[in-house]
Amino acid sequence: MIIGFGIISAMISVYVVRRMDNAADADRLEVNLGVFATIAYWAWLMVEIAKANWAVTKLILSPSMPINRHMFRIPYTQKTDLGQAIFANSITLTPGTISVEVEEGEFLIHAVGYSEDDLDALADMDRRVTAIEKDSI
Amino acid sequence: MFLAAAIALFISMVLVLLRLYAGPSLYDRVLAVNSFGTLTVLLIAVMGFLNGRPDFLDIALLYALINFVGTIAILKFFRYRALGDVSQVPNSKGAKK
Amino acid sequence: MNWATILIDILSWVLILSGSAFVVIGAVGTLRFPDFWSRLHAASVSESAGMILLVAGMCLQSGLTLITVKLIIIGGFIFITGPTSTHAVSNAALTSGEKPDSDEGAAK
Repeated sequence: MIIGFGIISAMISVYVVRRMDNAADADRLEVNLGVFATIAYWAWLMVEIAKANWAVTKLILSPSMPINRHMFRIPYTQKTDLGQAIFANSITLTPGTISVEVEEGEFLIHAVGYSEDDLDALADMDRRVTAIEKDSI
Repeated sequence: MFLAAAIALFISMVLVLLRLYAGPSLYDRVLAVNSFGTLTVLLIAVMGFLNGRPDFLDIALLYALINFVGTIAILKFFRYRALGDVSQVPNSKGAKK
Repeated sequence: MNWATILIDILSWVLILSGSAFVVIGAVGTLRFPDFWSRLHAASVSESAGMILLVAGMCLQSGLTLITVKLIIIGGFIFITGPTSTHAVSNAALTSGEKPDSDEGAAK
């Protein structure tokens, strides 16, 4: 009988959520990602996280602590909200860079171990995130 | 092995608590609380394995959910001085964008 | 005890011990770094690397059971919400007028 209650409540919530879809609400998330491209992107991101972690670990454990804090802007080319969210989360997930503010067409980034290579690395990440968005929007 | 992980998590929780005590600004303390919550989730999971009772993972999952919502709620409260509908509050700066 | 079991055991040992090391390193960085903006980076070390390694080690330890599914759910949730709350903290600090000091050009 308890299982029956579980089935009934699950069906009720599915019904309510289906009804919510009909509401005239512009706040809707369209998921337009290629499946295999997304999996390949996560694998690449894991390698990036490992590399960035190693760099920040060396910064923390070195006695003189050679940090180089810097704030800069980087443009994004994603069209959908989901793509921008994935890009910003990836930036924050790799230690050493944090996305602080979303502005029109660019992110404000704070870096702790800043060097000129960071700009190229982030532009490369931007290209990869744009590549997993499907064009059929 | 799980004992070593539990001891390491405990040591880092003590270090984060020191930062929570010493933190000069409010946001240092919020950061320390958030980090402490993540460490607590991991400690509960490791403790479940250490005692041979992996049912503790349900508690860890619940704690992870509450930790995230709690951090966001604290930040919202300090920004708008209210937890409910922001547009109803007098003197609020309104939504940022 | 055949070879595969021993190999998986050793692998999960390595994962859990290195995950613990990363967690401690992140906490030490939280204590050692000089200002708020660099402490954010240190906290995200223990939140990404330490968490991923510990959860992966525990997954290998428990095998193919319901426990692994729960661990993956916990790991995925922290994986998504960790950066989100870091971004929320930093954004709140920026809008409240806390300016980061940039030492560009003073790199040693």
